[in-house]
Amino acid sequence: MFESLQDGLQSAVKTLRGKGKLTEANMRDALGLVEKSLLEADVSYEVVQAFMGQVTERALGTRVLLSLDPSEEVIGIVRDELINILGPVDPSLHLRGELTTLMLCGLQGSGKTTTCGKLAQLLLNNNAQPMLVAADLQRPAAIDQLHVLGEQLGVPVYSEKGANDPVRVCQDAVKKAKQEGVQVLILDTAGRLAIDDELMRQLQAIDQRVGPDQVYFVVDGMTGQDAVNSAKAFNDALELDGVIMTKLDGDARGGALMSVKHITGVPIKFIGTGEHLDALEPFRPDGMAGRILGMGDILALVDTARQVVTEKQQEALEAKIRAGEFTLDDFKVQLESFSKPGLMKKMIGLMPGMGEMAKMMDGGGMDAEGDARRLIAIINSMTHGERRNPKVIDPSRRGRIAAGAGVVPQQVNELVKQFNVVAPIMKSMAGQGMAGRMQAIQQLQQSGMMDPGGGPGIRTKKGTGKRLTPKEKAKMKKQREKERRRRRRGS
Amino acid sequence: MGIFDRKKPDKAGDKTAQGGFLGLFKRGLEKTSQLLQTDVRDLFKEGDRLVDDDFLNELFAILVKTDMGAGPAAEIRDKIKADFRSRKIEMADALQTVKDQLLELMQQPEAPIDRAASGPTVILVVGVNGSGKTTSIAKLTKMFINEGSQVVLGAADTFRAAAVQQLTIWAERLGAEIVKGEPSSDPASVAHRAVARAIELNADVCIIDTAGRLQTQTSLMQELGKIRRVIGKQIPDAPHEAILVLDATAGQNGISQARGFSEAADCSGIVLAKIDGSAKGGVVIPIRREFNLPVKFVGVGEQAEDLALFNAHDFVEAMFAEHFAGQR
Ligand SMILES: Nc1nc2c(ncn2[C@@H]2O[C@H](COP(=O)(O)OP(=O)(O)O)[C@@H](O)[C@H]2O)c(=O)[nH]1
Ligand SMILES: Nc1nc2c(ncn2[C@@H]2O[C@H](COP(=O)(O)OP(=O)(O)O)[C@@H](O)[C@H]2O)c(=O)[nH]1
Ligand SMILES: [Mg+2]
Ligand SMILES: [Mg+2]
Repeated sequence: MFESLQDGLQSAVKTLRGKGKLTEANMRDALGLVEKSLLEADVSYEVVQAFMGQVTERALGTRVLLSLDPSEEVIGIVRDELINILGPVDPSLHLRGELTTLMLCGLQGSGKTTTCGKLAQLLLNNNAQPMLVAADLQRPAAIDQLHVLGEQLGVPVYSEKGANDPVRVCQDAVKKAKQEGVQVLILDTAGRLAIDDELMRQLQAIDQRVGPDQVYFVVDGMTGQDAVNSAKAFNDALELDGVIMTKLDGDARGGALMSVKHITGVPIKFIGTGEHLDALEPFRPDGMAGRILGMGDILALVDTARQVVTEKQQEALEAKIRAGEFTLDDFKVQLESFSKPGLMKKMIGLMPGMGEMAKMMDGGGMDAEGDARRLIAIINSMTHGERRNPKVIDPSRRGRIAAGAGVVPQQVNELVKQFNVVAPIMKSMAGQGMAGRMQAIQQLQQSGMMDPGGGPGIRTKKGTGKRLTPKEKAKMKKQREKERRRRRRGS
Repeated sequence: MGIFDRKKPDKAGDKTAQGGFLGLFKRGLEKTSQLLQTDVRDLFKEGDRLVDDDFLNELFAILVKTDMGAGPAAEIRDKIKADFRSRKIEMADALQTVKDQLLELMQQPEAPIDRAASGPTVILVVGVNGSGKTTSIAKLTKMFINEGSQVVLGAADTFRAAAVQQLTIWAERLGAEIVKGEPSSDPASVAHRAVARAIELNADVCIIDTAGRLQTQTSLMQELGKIRRVIGKQIPDAPHEAILVLDATAGQNGISQARGFSEAADCSGIVLAKIDGSAKGGVVIPIRREFNLPVKFVGVGEQAEDLALFNAHDFVEAMFAEHFAGQR
């Protein structure tokens, strides 16, 4: 039994070698997938190209440390890089002591007017007094629309009936705001196409004569390849200070945001997540990066892998193993990382070909986390001396440990026996990273290691190990709880 | 055939339905490549380039930038690669073969609006937020009025601030009858009253405006079904058209929009708004392929007259116009 386990592990270790670093060759498939996914998310073609070059350069030579294979490592790196590019965050409106003027601009229907209302709501929440300015003289009922929002919010709206010069309207609004001690003026401009020179010049005129403190580009989350063109035109005309992407409450991947960020370089301030005036959220690059990239399953795996063992922990552990100092304490650390709720199943479920295993854990009465926790409880009941050198555990110590952990003494025996198997394997796996260790844990699980209640063979018909009745289990659980409380008090 | 399968029988009954896009594409390319083998292949032209990776990447970039999607773009690229590999060809010629195929796919019959045999023709207009529904309704209204038709509008967007006022302004400007609802009132009841009014007036056309909604908002999507049913009870066969207004700047989400709105409102066609900008609106290509949803009109501006019949030839030409600058 143990020999075949060891064989299995060694061959696993062998296949893992050579996957150690990212190379052009082992990244190719993943990069192809990433490129396709970004294009499907509507990131503009040239932005995808620039990004792919950047990521490839960054990723080359990176150690495949925690993920299961190079592709997954690459996708993790891509996501990190996306987060970098979409950041840094700056949700501040940079209000000044005196009147601050914000101007919103963008294409027709992108959500400017609604976002004006949302910003006013945000300001009210922060005890600043805003005023809205109806500078869209183009769209029928645009002024009414802003007035309705103003009424809903209890915020004044400045508008001029029959006006036809938005520059004048904005200038007059500034005067009025100063008279009335308004803190923040929000200019709602008409939508315009980037190629409409006349209207773009009009926007420049507002910018020059009114001098808004912050100019935000409002972009629809469903925008496609054209995002680069409009972002460039608005940024060239106005020098944008921020970007707000709307309509992200649907299923749009929002890749246009990457295009806009690439072109303008200005911070992404907020995202719009609904039609109601409270549906404005500060921008979070991590969530958005995942959304744009897609590949949720792989990212979940990468996250889980990173969660299980941090780079630092891994290095420390590897050093220990190499030095032959792998003790039951270290084993405990390993187990602890796997006994986080849901983690084991998630991890296993995500592994290629391990779906069956996950199902078993669901339906087959297997409780890997519970098993890991039980092993930890056994180790916890040992003295430090026992953990360093399990050989000293005699029947009387065994009885004490078992009682402390709420298990039968035979389970302590099983743990020690199997630790003796694990230690050399761990040693042989030094430097193999997370993947190797995952495999080891799986093998151990199959060997029955994770179920000290039964020991090897418990899952087969031949198994004679006694299965605890629910009543016995409950009793044991109680005992364990008691023991845990006792320890907590003692420490 | 994967994504080339047609999901719905073609309502318009045009002949491009058989064999799907790939079939058409192949057939067309066969013609063109035969032509190329005889005429062009051995004629060395200035600007001819070897069909190599560079050439294919450039072609792919041009295609992707139309918003047709990476999948369709890759297929077209691979087909060009298979047919022209290691030969010399001008990019413009390669694009011409692409255009010919897209043209065949997007071709559709002239009569864009399915009119009722008798009584009012009811048109339901749906789409995501801000796509251009209300403005497109104004444009359609103007078109019908110019034809001498009487139009009743139903302002069933009772949600968005001043949406009713917006349609009211258009109705006044254009001389259409309008039926309104109170803010937050039931849109189906507004639709019902609008159709009733159209019947009463024996109007020719009744157009129902609806609030923008995202296709993922299931209860709002179900509301569209309810509006349809209410209308159908008043006039069998109504609504005669359910028009999805798609923003030409939309990217791949347009596919999801077409799917969602087709399912919820059984759309019969598309108005592609805002085509007057720099966006190409290429997402209607996979939409046509997957849902066989024809584009009926394009919106080319913010005014009531800024509506044009969709013309497949012009559309396809415009998709690649800059790559033909200075040619012929
Ligand atoms: N679902 C959703 N709809 C939005 C969001 N922001 C704006 N809208 C809607 O988009 C449409 C156009 O918005 P509007 O503010 O009038 O755009 P403008 O033309 O740029 O001023 C309206 O129906 C809004 O309710 C958002 O974040 N999510
Ligand atoms: N340039 C241009 N703008 C348009 C077109 N159609 C609509 N718009 C503008 O897009 C914005 C939203 O249109 P609207 O009809 O209110 O959209 P709805 O929310 O779908 O009803 C308005 O500013 C319209 O003037 C078009 O074809 N071209
Ligand atoms: Mg507006
Ligand atoms: Mg509307």
